[in-house]
Amino acid sequence: MWKYLLKRIALAILILVGVSVLIYMLTMLMPADYIDNQTSAALQSGAMTKEDVQRLKELYGLADKSFTGIIKSYTSWLKSTVTGDLGHSFVYGKPVTDVLSEYIWISFMIAFISYILQIIIGIPMGIKASVNQYSAYDYSVSVFAMMGASLPSFFLSALLMNVLAIKLGLFPLQGLTTATKIFAQNAHFQIFLDKAWHLVLPISVLTLLGVGGTMKYTRTNMLEVLNSDYIRTARAKGLSEKVVTYKHAFRNTMIPLVTSLSGMLPSLFGGAMITETVFAIPGIGYMALRATTQGDIPFIMGYNMFLAILTVLGMLISDIMYMVVDPRVKLS
Amino acid sequence: MALNTENEKKLNYTDHQDYTETEAEQHFRVISPSRMVAKRFFKSKLSIIGLIMIIFVFVFSFVGPIIIDATWGYKETQVFKIERISDMVTTAQFAGPDGKVYDYYDKSQTQVLFKAPPSFDHWLGTDTSGFDIFTRLMYGGRISLTISFIVIIIEMFLGIVLGGLAGYYGKWVDQVVMRIVDIFACLPGMPILLVLSAAISSIESIPAEHRIYYLMAFLTLMGWTGVARIVRGQILMLREQEYMMAAETTGIKAINKIMRHLVPNTMPQLIVNATLGLGGVILYESTLSYLGLGVPFPRAAWGSMIALADPSRGQEILANYPNMWVPAGILIVVTVLGFSFIGDGLRDAFDPRMKR
Amino acid sequence: MGLLKKLKRGKIEGVDNTTYLTLKDERRISKENNKIIKMYEKEKNRKHVPEEEYLTQMRDPSNVVEFDNLHTYFYTDVGTVKSVNGVSFDIPQGKIVGVVGESGCGKSVTSLSLMQLVQGPTGQIVDGSIRYQDKEGKCYEITKMPKDKMLKIRGKDIAMIFQEPMTSLNPVFKIGDQMDEVVLLHTEGATPESAKARSIEMLNLVGIAAVEKIYNSYPHELSGGMRQRVMIAMALSCNPRLIIADEPTTALDVTIQAQILELLREVKEKINGSIMLITHDLGVIAEMVDFVVVMYAGRIIEKGTVQEIFHNPKHPYTIGLMKSRPGSHNITEDRLYSIKGQVPNPINMPNHCYFYNRCDKAMDICSREYPAMIRFSPTHFAACHLYNEDGSDKSEEEKERR
Repeated sequence: MWKYLLKRIALAILILVGVSVLIYMLTMLMPADYIDNQTSAALQSGAMTKEDVQRLKELYGLADKSFTGIIKSYTSWLKSTVTGDLGHSFVYGKPVTDVLSEYIWISFMIAFISYILQIIIGIPMGIKASVNQYSAYDYSVSVFAMMGASLPSFFLSALLMNVLAIKLGLFPLQGLTTATKIFAQNAHFQIFLDKAWHLVLPISVLTLLGVGGTMKYTRTNMLEVLNSDYIRTARAKGLSEKVVTYKHAFRNTMIPLVTSLSGMLPSLFGGAMITETVFAIPGIGYMALRATTQGDIPFIMGYNMFLAILTVLGMLISDIMYMVVDPRVKLS
Repeated sequence: MALNTENEKKLNYTDHQDYTETEAEQHFRVISPSRMVAKRFFKSKLSIIGLIMIIFVFVFSFVGPIIIDATWGYKETQVFKIERISDMVTTAQFAGPDGKVYDYYDKSQTQVLFKAPPSFDHWLGTDTSGFDIFTRLMYGGRISLTISFIVIIIEMFLGIVLGGLAGYYGKWVDQVVMRIVDIFACLPGMPILLVLSAAISSIESIPAEHRIYYLMAFLTLMGWTGVARIVRGQILMLREQEYMMAAETTGIKAINKIMRHLVPNTMPQLIVNATLGLGGVILYESTLSYLGLGVPFPRAAWGSMIALADPSRGQEILANYPNMWVPAGILIVVTVLGFSFIGDGLRDAFDPRMKR
Repeated sequence: MGLLKKLKRGKIEGVDNTTYLTLKDERRISKENNKIIKMYEKEKNRKHVPEEEYLTQMRDPSNVVEFDNLHTYFYTDVGTVKSVNGVSFDIPQGKIVGVVGESGCGKSVTSLSLMQLVQGPTGQIVDGSIRYQDKEGKCYEITKMPKDKMLKIRGKDIAMIFQEPMTSLNPVFKIGDQMDEVVLLHTEGATPESAKARSIEMLNLVGIAAVEKIYNSYPHELSGGMRQRVMIAMALSCNPRLIIADEPTTALDVTIQAQILELLREVKEKINGSIMLITHDLGVIAEMVDFVVVMYAGRIIEKGTVQEIFHNPKHPYTIGLMKSRPGSHNITEDRLYSIKGQVPNPINMPNHCYFYNRCDKAMDICSREYPAMIRFSPTHFAACHLYNEDGSDKSEEEKERR
């Protein structure tokens, strides 16, 4: 098992190196005048000096486009990245790692709550749909799931804002705190409540968009299990339908469920770009979108590498969880 | 004994063969596999609904503009200036220095030319630039559907070629292709698309009309890996099948083997995948348009029409002009949902094992 | 290329049963099906059914189970499949009854009907009765029994062993847990310790050597033969009155087959139960069983004691089966006998002898009406037009007349 894991990790590192080369090349595809375009504002405001811009061009291989130049700049970028230095964001004026560590938590919180909601809503509904295959309930669950997957997040957000925030005034429209309210220094609880109140809509959007997928995945896997021979055996033992479904069938459905859901965990840190932006929640997705449209190259490189690492980590976790939950994999 | 069993097998085989041939001809009309699939597809209500949705969107987006142009003679960028008086009412409550509560009420009238409400001439009104929204919806659909189909077709081509090479030749070819697939699969899709689109839109040497081609190229680049994986997986599986062995023994050429045996067997899954992928591309495209990185203004795109409601630019449109952004959103949902229904219906039709 | 074509066509005919139906037809069928299914499901899901409704009397108190004119249909979208179409036979106490027939003839569905395990909602018992007598001599009408009451019989009094040992055990639970589960469920006052003791006793009984090790293993760690032993041990753990063995040896190696059958016979003696053995292997039947039931396309075409069926088969199909048995064939014949053709399409069964197309003794009448059951001895019956009501051979008569 350890040997297998080591192999997986080695492969993951290989993939990451590949991803970094690719992201690096994409940045390099940008013509040098793009850098000038994007940095002119930073230059004027004094956030960057002329040397900074030149260093940037060199670091990202935009100054010297010969083959050796590219290799040299890539290795120097790789060196600093491995030591944990992702460079200096010029939109936010501080190290990229600082921006990341500052803003991922709010993103993680939103994503995590929605993730938990998706699990506790989606799985039971998926099970119920599979047990009553072809019933009206099953059809509505399937249609609902597909609806969720077809809704663009910005449109759903706009709809919820229009109805719940503007028309009914139940929730604030945007932001994380009420600007007009002033809280006492020690009113932590009120501040918390205020933030939570602001987060209801974004969390609902993420949940509504994601819950259908969980539901459908549960349903598909559950159906497959329910048709297997060992479920017939369980029934032949005289077990009640409840025990058959929730113990024998669900324990098997859990294998793919746990594998895929645990694989999603790292990605929760990645932020929801569109939703955060629409609701103006200062999470990492929002920051990244701003930085991206403003051409903050160090941040773009750093953030995309961060996301790639999260994806690879998710795959690793999936693999490990698969071994944990499926007894058949342990020995081989 | 061995000889006997051999004989028995032969006997059995020919007997069965004779039987099925004659019996089948006597009692049943044998129908072709494609007709079977079609029949199963049309049996599901959801697939029919999906098909109707997609046909509607197609007619709306491709026939609609022609009718508009022929009848009224205008296109998506025709500006309509419709004068109307807009009342602006502001109310507020505040406590005066004397401790009493005062009500503040202000009514002002302004003359506006744009943002006309729905009328007989302009069914959904006009937008902030005075464009007819209904017409722009049609042109937006044109863009979305065209992009999605082109992207999916190129994706399929790339995926089939690369996945086919990996699956068929195996060994190091497989290793190389699959590692590339792994790497692409780990690229964060949306952020990378944003980076690329942002870069393209800020480079002045690229004309605005060409941005859409770059966009399609990027979308293709992000999506081909799925197809490659499917093709490779299918080929690996099919290679183990007995009829491939049988084909091998007859000594037909490699290319024929692929074209005649592997491709038809992989097709069902690919068609399903492509149908579902169409919806995915539309979602990506509309998101980019929403962020202003897709089809450039003044051309219409569903995403950019919804972007008018972005509360960061003021709540006015979000709150008071649902006619500007809700229809575009509904069209996106209808299109993507339609493709999902068809894709699901096709999957069930191709693979009836899940049914019954 | 030609091969592929044939394969393709074979697939269509085999899998889909393409009697040509238009979409409209299918819609109509599925609508009708839904109505019928709803009716049956409603009946099944009734709560608080009074005991009188499903208590009954056995025709013969020495039987454990009596099937009486059982009809089990599957309402599929392409038509109604009459999987079991009027089956009647008895399983006497302490005997082994073998059910033979080609695949798809309704053997398994008959046994699943007895367990109330017919795959719903498409599969429904539509007519007939299955009577079961428990240890206290109480008789139940299985077809009318409510689900919760059936749970107390299933696995306890009637246990089942399935064809596929490789897939019949839940892969994520240890053997021990799966075995204890049955004991805990059906034994009053059972503790985890007593359940474990019982499971280990059963594993010993079925001849497993390293009992403790097997008890703590997962199914995938065992061989097919071992798994089937575990299945048998599991079936035995509540001292069932009847074991249904649905092709218990088909998926196993020949050497293991013999061991498993031997084991079944041994344990039957030990617990003094009955066995309903479903198989298409005539060798197994000859060695194991007391009574034979021959099924064809959902109906019984012949039944009798093993001697009667093997030494004096009446129905041409049974005669064919006997002839096609390796080792039984005449040495002068140079090849094995095989019955030509296939079982007819189970949808829209014709109203004539189902074997008509394949029978080499077919007569005019065979294509006109379904033959009645003819009694040859108190235990021997067959449904064939070749014989008169009193069991005499029509063709013999004709010969005499000439």
